[in-house]
Amino acid sequence: MNAFTFERLSRPTDAAGAVAARPGAMFLAGGTTMVDLMKVDVLTPDTVVDVRHLGLSSIDVSDRAIAVSAAVTNSQLAWHPAVRERFPVLSQAILSGATTQIRNMATVAGNILQRTRCSYFRDVHASCNRRQPGSGCDALDGFNRGHAVLGVSDHCIATHPSDMCVALAVLDAEVHTLRADGTTRSIPFVDFHKAPGDTPHIEVALAHGELITHVVIPHLAAARRSHYVKVRDRASYEFALASAAVVLDVDGDTIRGARLGLGGIATKPWRAVEAEQILTGRKATDDAFRDAAEIAIAGAVARNHNHFKIELTKRTIVRAFATARDANL
Amino acid sequence: MSPRVLTVRETVGVRTSLRVNDTTHELLLDSRLTLLDALRDVLGLTGTKKGCDQGACGACTVIIDGQRVLSCLTLAAACEGQHVVTIEGLSSGEVLDPMQAAFLRCDGFQCGYCTPGQILSAVCAVREVHAGVPSHVTPDVRLTVSSATVTDEEIRERMSGNLCRCAAYPNIVAAVRQVLSSADLSAVARRGGGRAERE
Repeated sequence: MNAFTFERLSRPTDAAGAVAARPGAMFLAGGTTMVDLMKVDVLTPDTVVDVRHLGLSSIDVSDRAIAVSAAVTNSQLAWHPAVRERFPVLSQAILSGATTQIRNMATVAGNILQRTRCSYFRDVHASCNRRQPGSGCDALDGFNRGHAVLGVSDHCIATHPSDMCVALAVLDAEVHTLRADGTTRSIPFVDFHKAPGDTPHIEVALAHGELITHVVIPHLAAARRSHYVKVRDRASYEFALASAAVVLDVDGDTIRGARLGLGGIATKPWRAVEAEQILTGRKATDDAFRDAAEIAIAGAVARNHNHFKIELTKRTIVRAFATARDANL
Repeated sequence: MSPRVLTVRETVGVRTSLRVNDTTHELLLDSRLTLLDALRDVLGLTGTKKGCDQGACGACTVIIDGQRVLSCLTLAAACEGQHVVTIEGLSSGEVLDPMQAAFLRCDGFQCGYCTPGQILSAVCAVREVHAGVPSHVTPDVRLTVSSATVTDEEIRERMSGNLCRCAAYPNIVAAVRQVLSSADLSAVARRGGGRAERE
């Protein structure tokens, strides 16, 4: 691990300023991704600014929204009674990821900013355009069973690993940020992460030193009928091969509206808007869900070892919608 | 591939007040030091084990401010002002914690290397069930979990962050089950140390 200066600060603007002042500085929250990647020299900050003591630890519930401060842990969010009641898909998604120990450490902002688990990204001896721009991508023709089929480019096919983010995408969350000069802004969740295109090293919409302060999840009555399905190689403590987050708004057996997010198969937390649209007004049958799944995955591009994800994703989508439909509320 | 150049810089020391098992230590720590290495190599508390050192096995589990976490992915300097409990701090002198006693009774280990992490994790898992919070296998996250209805599948899910290469899992689940089922936890502790008994 590279040596670094460790800074504990207590005001958000000071933390933003400390990172903005140095190109090699990084924010540290739970550390579950960052310390891991520092040990293998993928991340080599010269300054680490601890952001867990900036007073960003509250969950504020109102009729209009739930506002989640950046340093709230994944466990705190998943276990919160209002989140479980209003947004079950969010609790389910978080609880399906990692382990209790890791969820107790990982923060909401840290989960949003977590890095890909692509083995070539994590290996400094491999070629990776995301880690080292212009160096190539060993995943394209390498061991790519876990890699993405949506949002890919010829430069990167790394999967975004988060479960929580898939639920936040479906719930139209907003990411609120602060800069050292005190200016703030709000970024729609679906615009926050960037597909790789020809600049895979640009992963998110943040400027250097821009600090996530909180995430706002607007109230959505239909989200009481929401569900997350995650398919993986083992029953627990594993990243998704495919996952689907759904919200289903039904009037009797007719769909008023639907939302669909996908994980484990895309380069960013994925929202399948066209698939959502064709469900409106249809009967909530497995056939309708299958039609939506075909549209959701229509743009998929598979490589040597991940072709199975296309059919797997379709079935995951149908399962998620059918479970939401059949829930006794 | 272009050669990779790492900048070697001097060690950076961080003054850190580390409170472990109710004792506060004023230390000057290398900023890179993990809590795991600080516990073992600086404080000599070798009960906390280094398994994978990359957050995959749970052997290094400790309790910080009441929550189970991985000490291998925690920087020691980031623990300023927090209270760390390790396996050395779990028993009250010669009186074992109910979970330690249950692991003995149920033979919840073979080589023992993962055991400190298993026990600390299990202590918290029981607390979480008593707090009523859901897990991934809870049928409905809206409902409050009860220790009376927790299945073995649920115990396995809640303990999935702790790997055991000897595969003592059935006996670990039995130990957690015993503590969960015990109305009087302190009574379990007093009975600790006897022969293994199964439910």
